[in-house]
Parts: sequence; C-alpha cells; structure tokens
Amino acid sequence: MTDRFNLYRYASPATFYPLAGRMIPYFAALSVLFGLAGLYLGMLVAPTDFQQGEGYRIIFIHVPASWMSMFIYLVMAFWAAIGLAFNTRLSGMMTQALAPTGALMAFLSLWTGALWGKPMWGAWWVWDARLTSELILLFLYIGFMALTAAIDDPKRADKAGGLLLLVGVVNVPIIYFSVKWWNTLHQGSSVNLTKSSMAQTMLWGMLLMALCFWMYAIAVALLRARTIMLERERHTDWVKAELAGVER
Amino acid sequence: MIYWNSFADFLAMGGYGFYVWGSFGVTVLIMALEPITAARTQKLTIARLKRQLRAENRNTAE
Repeated sequence: MTDRFNLYRYASPATFYPLAGRMIPYFAALSVLFGLAGLYLGMLVAPTDFQQGEGYRIIFIHVPASWMSMFIYLVMAFWAAIGLAFNTRLSGMMTQALAPTGALMAFLSLWTGALWGKPMWGAWWVWDARLTSELILLFLYIGFMALTAAIDDPKRADKAGGLLLLVGVVNVPIIYFSVKWWNTLHQGSSVNLTKSSMAQTMLWGMLLMALCFWMYAIAVALLRARTIMLERERHTDWVKAELAGVER
Repeated sequence: MIYWNSFADFLAMGGYGFYVWGSFGVTVLIMALEPITAARTQKLTIARLKRQLRAENRNTAE
C-alpha cells in the first residue's frame, strides 16, 4: 500500500499539537504585519470622512471585530456539528479554544460601537436590531463557556455546549441581515463585493485590519488549543513523551 | 502621503480623540493581555502535568 497524504491524520491531537506549535509564530507575525500596514493606512494616510469627521476611524477596529465575532461563532458551530456527528476528539478542544476569543471580539464590537454611537447618534446604546442581536451573540459565548465549565466530564460538556452552539447559530444571519430586514439606526454595510461606498485607502485599511484580526484569532486559538490538548490527553503516551521531551 | 499636519492634530482626532483612543486603547489592551494570559496558562498547565507525571512514575517504580 502506498503511503498517501491523509487529511484525517491531522484530526488526531498527537499530529495536530506539534503542527499547531510550528504555525503559531507565522500567524502571530502575519497579524503584526497586517496590523501595522492597516493602522498606517487607516490612521495616518486615509482622508477624513465628510459626514463623520475623524470619529469614523473607529470602524478600522469596529468592523473587523464584528466580522470576527460572527465568523468565530460559525467556526465553533461547524466544529460542534462535526463533533456531534462523528464524535471526534479535536472538535470539542477547538470550540473550547475559540470561545474566549469570540467573546472578546463580540465585546470589542459593542465597546467600539458604543464609543462611535455616543458622538454620532448621541447615545452609547440603543435597543436597535443590530446592537441587540450582537449583544445576544456575546451572551451566547458567555453561556457556552459557563455551561461547559459547569460540566465536569469533557465529553458531556462538549455535547451540551455543541447543542447550544448549533441552536444559537440562527442568531448570526439575524445579526448580518438585521440592517436590511429592519429599519435600524445602525447604518447599512459600507463594504460589499460589487461596489463599495468607501474611499480606496479606507477600504484597504479596513481589509488589512480584518486580516490582522483574523491571523490574531487563529494564533491565540491555536495557543489555547495546545494547552487544552495536553490537559485532556494527559493519560496518553504522546502527551507523556511530549512532557518528558520538554523536561530535557 | 500623511494626512495629519502635526502630532497634536493626530492626537485630537478632530475633537473625537476620546472616542477614537478609547476604542483603540481597549482593543490594544485586550489583544495584548489575551495572548499573555493564554501563554501563562500553557506554562502553568505544562508544569502541573509534569509534576503529576513524575508523581505517577514514582508510585509505579516503588
């Protein structure tokens, strides 16, 4: 039999652990590079906005944080579905590793949104469809972490948490389309695939910041996933070998 | 290329300084603290698992 490339191999923690360890520095470096380029364009080069003045520059973090808060949730729901369907060990570790980063992104989205809303709308907070559904997303992240932390057996925790994630996934399209479905105070999307209402430098600044946040989330989630893997697989031979190797 | 006339202009953000720097400040803080906390947890976990492993090996050797 020929030794062919097998994707399933990487679903095994023993293979994933060293691979993740090698990839983290690259994702971290990419995040810093994209971040510096994005901040340079967004904060130093991009012109002012004719309606919002310099306050618009908050979007360079508000939009990437909001995108990531939704995207991370979708990735977690994907892992939860895989875990519930195929009972894979890696899935529960990935949802656990991603949840805190997703919660922080949802918090940053709300925080920067409040600081933008005060000067532009005159209110830190309004019960608008977009804002309310994003707040529910933050509660879903916190609920997932609290629920899984409250169950001692990791397998049962993964199952209960996975169900919560799958039920809550309905909220993501609600957030995304809220500005179309309802008459919201929150403005519609400034970026879309066919035409964009933004200046070129603003658009590039925002896309670079989005890449920065994306690489950041991957790096920090992999870092956390490695810790969870050691903890959960501590009785296996590969973890014992790994720990003995670290000791040398 | 640079849009700003002076560093003071940059800091003032056309009167939106508090809101812009309040947003960026908290974001930078979180994106610095989160990896530091995660790395610290990893270090502590590895140290604890190594202690447990050594204790197990001692018990089986006796």
